[in-house]
Amino acid sequence: MTRRVVVVGAGPAGLGAAAGALRAGAAVTLLDAAENPGGQYHRMLPGAFAAADPGRLHHGWRGFERLRDHVLGHARCDWWPESAVWAVERPDRGVPHVHVLRGEADGAGRARHVLVPDALVLAPGAHDRVLPFPGWELPGVHTAGAAQALVKGERLVIGDSVLIAGTGPFLLPVAASLLDAGAAVHGVLEANTASTVARGWGRRPWELPAESGKAGELAGYLGLLARRRVPYRTGRAVVEARGDGRVEEAVTARLRPDWSVVPGTERTIAVDALCVTHGFSPRLELPVAAGCALRDGAFTEVDADQRTSVPGVHAAGEITGIAGAQAARTEGLLAGWIAGGGAPDAPEAVRTRRSRDRARAFAARLAAAHPIGAAWPGWLRPETVVCRCEETTYGALLSAGGDPSRNSAHAVRLGTRAGLGPCQGRICGPTVAELLPDAGGNPHHRPVAQPIRLGELAQPPVENPIENTDRKESAR
Amino acid sequence: MTRVVVLGAGIVGAACARELTAAGCAVTVVERARPAAATTAHGEGNILVSDKEPGPELELARLSLRLWPRLLEALPDPEAVEWEAKGGIVVATTPEGAAALRAFAAGQRAAGITAAELDAAAFADAEPHAVKDVAAAVHYPEDAQVQPAAAATALLGAAVRAGAVLRTGCEVTGAVTRKGRITGVRTTGGTVGADAVVNAAGPWSGEVAARLGVRLDVRPRRGEVLVTAPLPPTVFHKVYDADYVGAVGSGEAGLQASAVVESTRAGTVLIGSTRRRAGFNDRIRPGVLSVLAARALRLFPSLAGVPVMRAYGGFRPYVADHLPVIGPDPELAGLWHATGHEGAGIGLSAGTAAVLRDLMLGREPEIDAAPFRVDRPAVRPEGRAA
Ligand SMILES: Cc1cc2nc3c(=O)[nH]c(=O)nc-3n(C[C@H](O)[C@H](O)[C@H](O)COP(=O)(O)OP(=O)(O)OC[C@H]3O[C@@H](n4cnc5c(N)ncnc54)[C@H](O)[C@@H]3O)c2cc1C
Ligand SMILES: Cc1cc2nc3c(=O)[nH]c(=O)nc-3n(C[C@H](O)[C@H](O)[C@H](O)COP(=O)(O)OP(=O)(O)OC[C@H]3O[C@@H](n4cnc5c(N)ncnc54)[C@H](O)[C@@H]3O)c2cc1C
Repeated sequence: MTRRVVVVGAGPAGLGAAAGALRAGAAVTLLDAAENPGGQYHRMLPGAFAAADPGRLHHGWRGFERLRDHVLGHARCDWWPESAVWAVERPDRGVPHVHVLRGEADGAGRARHVLVPDALVLAPGAHDRVLPFPGWELPGVHTAGAAQALVKGERLVIGDSVLIAGTGPFLLPVAASLLDAGAAVHGVLEANTASTVARGWGRRPWELPAESGKAGELAGYLGLLARRRVPYRTGRAVVEARGDGRVEEAVTARLRPDWSVVPGTERTIAVDALCVTHGFSPRLELPVAAGCALRDGAFTEVDADQRTSVPGVHAAGEITGIAGAQAARTEGLLAGWIAGGGAPDAPEAVRTRRSRDRARAFAARLAAAHPIGAAWPGWLRPETVVCRCEETTYGALLSAGGDPSRNSAHAVRLGTRAGLGPCQGRICGPTVAELLPDAGGNPHHRPVAQPIRLGELAQPPVENPIENTDRKESAR
Repeated sequence: MTRVVVLGAGIVGAACARELTAAGCAVTVVERARPAAATTAHGEGNILVSDKEPGPELELARLSLRLWPRLLEALPDPEAVEWEAKGGIVVATTPEGAAALRAFAAGQRAAGITAAELDAAAFADAEPHAVKDVAAAVHYPEDAQVQPAAAATALLGAAVRAGAVLRTGCEVTGAVTRKGRITGVRTTGGTVGADAVVNAAGPWSGEVAARLGVRLDVRPRRGEVLVTAPLPPTVFHKVYDADYVGAVGSGEAGLQASAVVESTRAGTVLIGSTRRRAGFNDRIRPGVLSVLAARALRLFPSLAGVPVMRAYGGFRPYVADHLPVIGPDPELAGLWHATGHEGAGIGLSAGTAAVLRDLMLGREPEIDAAPFRVDRPAVRPEGRAA
């Protein structure tokens, strides 16, 4: 009997996983909440890449298109767009069941489906992480991902004078796509000091040649910034945004390696938009619901073959570590191959594992070059909003966390409402956990992974639709 | 000064700690995790008379209702507890349900509870977004609600300010005894000496009792709750389904679902709750949530388009005769129990603490405490060893 593999997420990792499982001979159901495959990667392309280095980067884009067309056109692949996984259910025995809502998110009456796979690959990716600072809730302050989406999706220029700040190599493609869309970029501020960045990238230099493609990609972005005379500064951050009803000024300051502000280095500059990113938060609610163990509470733990701690559940892409699109795809290929019943010692598996290991080494380098400095809470004031959905302030959190009879994650959450709004703590959860390290709790415990209407929930599910013989047709 | 160790910092332990500290005892609260992190943070905050038949539990509920306003008044920030005396409406949608509801309400009225039947127009007036086609509706103005974790931590804070010591991250592993008397508890943080020990470990109080060397038949009963996105005012009272009906075809052991629909101060609507036997298995079952959603829509069909943002669940501390356990353990002098409140521990915590205090100090409690005694068959079945 053909093995049935369900792949959740059709970003680079999920597409890779589908390809790997198909190659191993399995039948694949590939799901994504979005209308199109590609994940974050699709959202940012091709604008950003075209602007930076058309030759090299278009090569990557064409690779993506080939992978996508191969997977979606494959006779054993069932592609489910606009299909949100709202719950993962652990039965007493066997592989977790996947609960799906199919149909437009804001359309009426999505149908409920339950998939019972032989193996599951989770590849739901990550979303931007943004640390709070005074004024970050003002209109005109965007996460890098949101800015990207506005530029790409709606072709909006988000400002005439834009400052990009935060940490990580992703500041660069953001700058590139804003430049491409015609924005005037005032500068790019990397919060880590030049020596932190240099030390991180300089670790184990013998590994670098293997990742020269990756490094070259970054060099391409830096070259673009230089050509457009956009300054790239290290050891500086936006520590406050000001404005009447929308951002008008940014206060920047020099930072020490631990991200504490060097007094007297504050500068105020006029801006009409601010893009901030402090890396990515992996979307861990599905692996947590499936019962998968986490690594340092931050990523899904996987073995050398991308298996999680739960039999039959595999993970790939940014939920296992932040390493970029190429790494995500490679992890996906391996996860899919193994999930689809491929032999772990087959030559292609060995090859894939090797390039996955190189990508992981690169990720370790990234993490070392762009850490989050422990002293960032020094930027906050008691009135600074930490949870934007519920407008919970830093002061409210500190007074709850400072009282031993209230210092438990549950009591703090219910008492301050931090994390109880529409985003369910996806944005502020990691921040609150860092601000109140003794409160306990699991910020990724979110058994309802996507909102589901009462009416949709009350309906019985359509019975196990992957049993349909006419799969290709039913997907249309 | 009598040294009392309270085991568990849920709402029952917190209420007992506050009451005993106020009565002059030197109280230490020992909690293996954190305050109000277990059952107390995983249920709802209904403080009800409407669901209780005349008898000891109703008397404890009425005592609690008298005590709550006084407890709140003494707090530095009573607003934080989100007390709302909004009243409840119980709704029957079938003729059989209506007959049973009317008979139940008549019994309660005889016991002194206000229970006023609403006709269709009065019900539509009280709850304009609810189903129109009801067989019977009874209004209970005494029903109230609190935010349970806030209530528990406020009571615990009051105890600590009055001198109680709170030890979190400290798990009870056994008893220290001398001449048939408990003189302390062993914990992962060392031994804590005591003249008296109060077992308030909620659904784990059977396990804690066993560690202390006695039997106590308290078991977990799983329950789940749905939380919607915030809405403009839509649900004005607590609105309940009159009948807990077995959910056929859900494939769940002993699943019962009866909807309680209520809005919170933040605008979200809480939909509780299920009852099932699942041991301490905390996996969420989408099929169970589905049954609950369907029950709620029978009361509020207009909520069909409202998104559910979250679901959570907890373990009610359950005793076979559905009564709490409050009193001394006859087999181990110095050990007391305050547990087994099932789905009503938030409301009943206030009365429980007062009864326990009176029993410990040798005073006459305000209500008859005999029905809650430890050596009754449901709590201490014959022939079962610890
Ligand atoms: C601004 C920006 C710039 C970047 N620039 C570069 C670059 O220059 N070079 C580079 O290599 N990488 C870059 N990246 C990173 C790259 O996009 C990611 O590494 C890659 O997309 C991760 O792949 P993934 O498959 O793990 O996750 P994603 O791409 O995030 O895909 C996950 C998919 O899962 C779906 N999903 C999630 N949850 C559910 C659910 N419950 N139900 C159904 N579907 C779900 C999502 O809709 C999404 O489509 C950039 C990212 C950003 C945001
Ligand atoms: C879905 C649901 C809905 C509910 N709705 C309502 C309602 O509307 N109204 C109402 O009044 N009640 C309701 N309840 C019931 C109510 O939540 C409980 O009765 C109440 O919270 C029990 O409180 P507790 O203090 O006894 O237990 P808990 O809150 O569980 O506290 C016990 C504490 O003991 C600790 N502990 C356990 N073992 C040890 C050990 N070995 N050493 C040290 N500490 C230990 C635990 O960590 C825990 O913190 C509901 C319950 C559920 C599950």
